[in-house]
Amino acid sequence: MSSEKTTFVYVTYIRATQQKIFDAITRPEIAARYWGHGNVSDWKVGSRWEHVRDNEEKKVNIAGDVIEIDPPKRLVISWSDPSEYDNRDKHSRVTFDLVPYEDMVRLTVTHDELEAGSGMASGISKGWPLVLSSLKSYLETDEPMDVFANPCATETAA
Amino acid sequence: MDDDKTFKALGDPSRRKILDLLCEKNGRTLGQLCAHMDMKRQSVTQHIGLLEDANLVSTVKRGREKLHFLNPVPLQTIYERWIRKFEQQRLSLLHELKTELEGDQDEQ
Repeated sequence: MSSEKTTFVYVTYIRATQQKIFDAITRPEIAARYWGHGNVSDWKVGSRWEHVRDNEEKKVNIAGDVIEIDPPKRLVISWSDPSEYDNRDKHSRVTFDLVPYEDMVRLTVTHDELEAGSGMASGISKGWPLVLSSLKSYLETDEPMDVFANPCATETAA
Repeated sequence: MDDDKTFKALGDPSRRKILDLLCEKNGRTLGQLCAHMDMKRQSVTQHIGLLEDANLVSTVKRGREKLHFLNPVPLQTIYERWIRKFEQQRLSLLHELKTELEGDQDEQ
């Protein structure tokens, strides 16, 4: 089955070190502060990683494999609904690139291999800007954003 | 300071059109963008330069092509700072009004 694939590229400049940003992505206790989820893995190439909601339920919302890791500069993971984890064709791919830029770090998140028009594509295109904006705010001012906030308070983000 | 750049970049209809075009279909080349813009290639390049400078557009080289992607992260920051705050105020006003009106009904 081949369907059209789509790519999103998100960039943010953060006043922090590469290591701090890398830790904020890979250490669940830090990610919980600004993402409401922890990314849990032993971070070895080929290992599974899980995106776990930081509450009592500890629901796994996303799962994938660690494809490439070069701390604190680069991390490549695959990304799928946990129910589709065993079907590697369904995985999309997320690449984090951290490059020093003046007194900041340019963080680029590339999400590709996504099925065009899918619920996942629509979900992540709403999610990443919020998460990156919250990450920047958390690292620079220690004030994360409420990533589950909704303007009309009618629904709760998954 | 970053917000100034974002607002300045947004303050032009041609640049907003480029963002709309990328929102519709992400990852376009300069040529593909120019095909939808009623202006010289050089002007489109300048507008894209300003959008890149404001971090609203990011580019990725793929082979000989340069692809342009919409980067909405700065818009999210503006939304948090300049829109949600006022939206919440408005919502709480509506909430107060509703409570007041419903309170009146109870008394009837």
